[in-house]
Amino acid sequence: MDWGAVLSGIPTLVVVIVAVPAVLVAYIVGTEYLVRLLPDAFRPRVRPWIWVGPALVFVFGFLILPAILTAKSSLEDSTGNFVGLLNYQRQLGDFPTGGAWIAIRNNVYWLVLYTLVALGFGLLLAVLFDRVRYETFVKSLIFMPMAISAVALGVIWKFMYWYQPPGVTQTGTVNAFLGLFHVQPQIWVQDPKVDNFAIIAAAVWGITGFAMVILSAALKGIPADLLEAARVDGAGELTIFRRVIFPLMMPTVVVVGTTLVIFALKAFDVVYVMTGGNFETDVLANRMYKLLFFSGNQGGAAAVAMILLAAVVPVLIFNLRQFRAVEARR
Amino acid sequence: MSVAAAADRPGTAATAARFSPQWIVGQLSGVVLHIAVIGLTLAWMVPTIGILFTSFRPFTAINSSGWWMALSPPFQFTLDNYSKVLSSSNLGRSFFNSFMISIPATIIPIAIAAFAAYAFAWMKFPLRDWIFLAIVGVLAIPLQLSFVPVLSFFVAHGITPSALPPGLQYLPVWLAHTGYGLPFSIYLLANFFRALPSELFESAEIDGAGTLTVFFRIVLPLSVPALASLVIFQFLWIWNDLLVALIYVGGEPEVAPLTVTLANLTNSYGQGYHLLTAAAFFSMFVPLIVFLSLQRYFVRGILAGSVKG
Amino acid sequence: MASVTYDHVVKRYTADVTVVKDFNVEIKDKEFMVLVGPSGCGKSTALRMLAGLETVTEGQIRIGERVVNDVAAKDRDIAMVFQSYALYPHMSVYDNMAFPLQMKHTPKAEIDRRVRQASSILGLDNFLKRKPRALSGGQRQRVALGRAIVRNPQVFLLDEPLSNLDAKLRGQTRIELQKLHRDLETTFIYVTHDQVEAMTMGDRIALMYDGILQQVGTPGEVYDHPANLFVAGFIGTPTMNFVPVTTANGSAKASGFDVKLPRSVGEKKAVLGFRPEAVTDRVVEGGNALQMKVDVVERLGSDQFLYGQVGGDQVTARVDPRMQVAVGDTVRLGLDTRSLHLFDSDTEKAML
Repeated sequence: MDWGAVLSGIPTLVVVIVAVPAVLVAYIVGTEYLVRLLPDAFRPRVRPWIWVGPALVFVFGFLILPAILTAKSSLEDSTGNFVGLLNYQRQLGDFPTGGAWIAIRNNVYWLVLYTLVALGFGLLLAVLFDRVRYETFVKSLIFMPMAISAVALGVIWKFMYWYQPPGVTQTGTVNAFLGLFHVQPQIWVQDPKVDNFAIIAAAVWGITGFAMVILSAALKGIPADLLEAARVDGAGELTIFRRVIFPLMMPTVVVVGTTLVIFALKAFDVVYVMTGGNFETDVLANRMYKLLFFSGNQGGAAAVAMILLAAVVPVLIFNLRQFRAVEARR
Repeated sequence: MSVAAAADRPGTAATAARFSPQWIVGQLSGVVLHIAVIGLTLAWMVPTIGILFTSFRPFTAINSSGWWMALSPPFQFTLDNYSKVLSSSNLGRSFFNSFMISIPATIIPIAIAAFAAYAFAWMKFPLRDWIFLAIVGVLAIPLQLSFVPVLSFFVAHGITPSALPPGLQYLPVWLAHTGYGLPFSIYLLANFFRALPSELFESAEIDGAGTLTVFFRIVLPLSVPALASLVIFQFLWIWNDLLVALIYVGGEPEVAPLTVTLANLTNSYGQGYHLLTAAAFFSMFVPLIVFLSLQRYFVRGILAGSVKG
Repeated sequence: MASVTYDHVVKRYTADVTVVKDFNVEIKDKEFMVLVGPSGCGKSTALRMLAGLETVTEGQIRIGERVVNDVAAKDRDIAMVFQSYALYPHMSVYDNMAFPLQMKHTPKAEIDRRVRQASSILGLDNFLKRKPRALSGGQRQRVALGRAIVRNPQVFLLDEPLSNLDAKLRGQTRIELQKLHRDLETTFIYVTHDQVEAMTMGDRIALMYDGILQQVGTPGEVYDHPANLFVAGFIGTPTMNFVPVTTANGSAKASGFDVKLPRSVGEKKAVLGFRPEAVTDRVVEGGNALQMKVDVVERLGSDQFLYGQVGGDQVTARVDPRMQVAVGDTVRLGLDTRSLHLFDSDTEKAML
């Protein structure tokens, strides 16, 4: 290990940690003195822009402007000439076996299965755990996978899915478990018939805690009086869940669901680590990455990114509307 | 009050007469519940436990028997995997690099977001709500859309790890994470600031406190929980990030963070799980500690962005 | 001089939303003036305009001789106690009270003197180091008062300060606030929806409804001579009895009885008002008697109220607590005609 480099890095770290807040505070305080030089009426008009200024610059420079430029380059070829929808045609041509279409198909698998399974499990766990005293403890164990990187998660699950040929002792947990029921071992991570589902399962393991935590909070937000009134009215537990608890949680369920859909559409890390997008597990985010860095196809990568955006935007709008509905009820 | 507590009333199984049919069903469903809860939790932990054990097993054992066999004799535990992977691969250096990336990239966006969020929450200016909506809407933009233009810009102006002086090589990724992290940070903090009682501000206004005083002496001290949540959330997110690091830092050993190094190891070692599991656990070490000790804040951060009970 | 004048003050938010309409009232120096009215009547808005927390759409607000419409809140020399106290949760009681003085760059020694002085007036000496969350509701309210006192303002503004206290504490605090007012000898402007608070605490009461000032006067004036139907119905518990009548020849005819009016008002449809204490079990020979079929009997120990029908109208009577009455009885009650009010059916203004 190169201790020299490490040690020379520490001063920079300290400087950055101290300097950045200091510079920002100086900026705000300094500009405040300048603002005070203005007549009273102008101060509240000028000040807000100073405060949001840096944020606007960064958001515009790193997200909005590049998005616009990428949109533009999706319509250009490698030398910058305008070529209309050529890149899109190239990407989306040869339906249904073309690379992009496989990715789109997989993204659909993701957004349906990942969302529904994580939601379902999250809801189940939230409801079950609510009834035990050691709830906090088990919830944190379920939630723990959120703390680790997708790369580590990829290693964990590649190991779970380890394949040994039939007849040899199975070292992968899943195949060994199946072996107890005399089911043949599967090549989970490379067999196109099952690999998407295997990866999605791994990702669900990582995100269910997130859904569970939010749904659990919503569950606890239901006033106990309502449930008591229902019991006095003679409703059994299952009926209460179906007709009181679940409907009241619905707005949150929708918010969580749409958030999961957005995560599903953006999936990159797990796929990258487990298969690199090979064996027909490709998703749009990975395809874009490969087009950019392995094929040097900027236009194509931009087109794929735009397709991804087109899928995400409606979901986000829906998500925000739902979230405001939840807020408004408060 | 939990759903369950409300069940403790006359007429329910919890208060049925001992050994009556209802009581037996009640006890069984109680037992079944606990079995379900504990069973699910244990099953959930299997993947993690699997690699934990494996990382301490010798290479030959790993390849010949499942990790659960480590629980029966002969017990063959070893630290070889860890020592090998730490010395031969770049993990030690990457560990440090992850700090170098994560700490500034956490501080900068949160500091900028705090000022902007306060303006959105408590200052009036034209188009304020539209601009706020735009910033939140930007959360939809897949980061992939921004890579090419930003990278081209950085390269054209010599802001790359190879061209920058030592100590500043991470400037591109700091700036990138700042841009990418601002929307969520602003959203979270603005919501929190807005929830502060308006009378606090009115009282301060009558008392003669100016904007700076209100922000630094009233709002910030009261926002410590929200800021803490955001810091932890952002730090873990950056520490665990792969994609942004791949793009703006690259895979060169001197600068690669843990995630990139681990990903490379996975590619090169394929089935060498003796090393991979040790490397994976090594990379999980810091996030797990942060998570376990500060879980409360992490959860609060997620909840603040999604729902109030 | 710390009188306060509202001169044709209007607060309009949009073309259809006018919360305060032509508000005119003059509050004397050192007076305890209560602004009272139901929720949404504009009283809080009127107070906030005086504080400088809302702009004035039309009209003038003056503190003393000074027009303060465009003066910043901090320069108006006022102090405000909020309904929720608005204490800074992360600061100690001492710091909460010291804060306004720090904003004025008062020297430390002077701050200390004033804070300790206020704290001893309010009995907070043992709590100076505590944070608000370690205090009870009543204590927090006193800290809010303390923060106002240290500023030594010309006017104290109080926005429903007792609403968050429980009933017993409210009674105690009412008394303390009145004592405080006497000791500080400063103008107090107090907003509440509770007419009991208004009647017990105010030197004068200003009733507001729907953004308009309905009447200003001492508690006695407002009780005995309400200017309109709203004031008559708002002040007094139980509420005044209102009975529709037609007037002719100096008499008012209700569905269940007639009364002679002190003077003639011509022939019109009107509403006759009389308080429950005007209907008693003492029937004067030759005086007005009412036959009531009793629906509800309320025995409070010191009082007894009967609710029932007289003719076709609902009437409340205050009778001797020792009178024996059962639900369903028909009783004969006397109406004291010395305290009658008559209100025009259309304008709702008092006619007598």
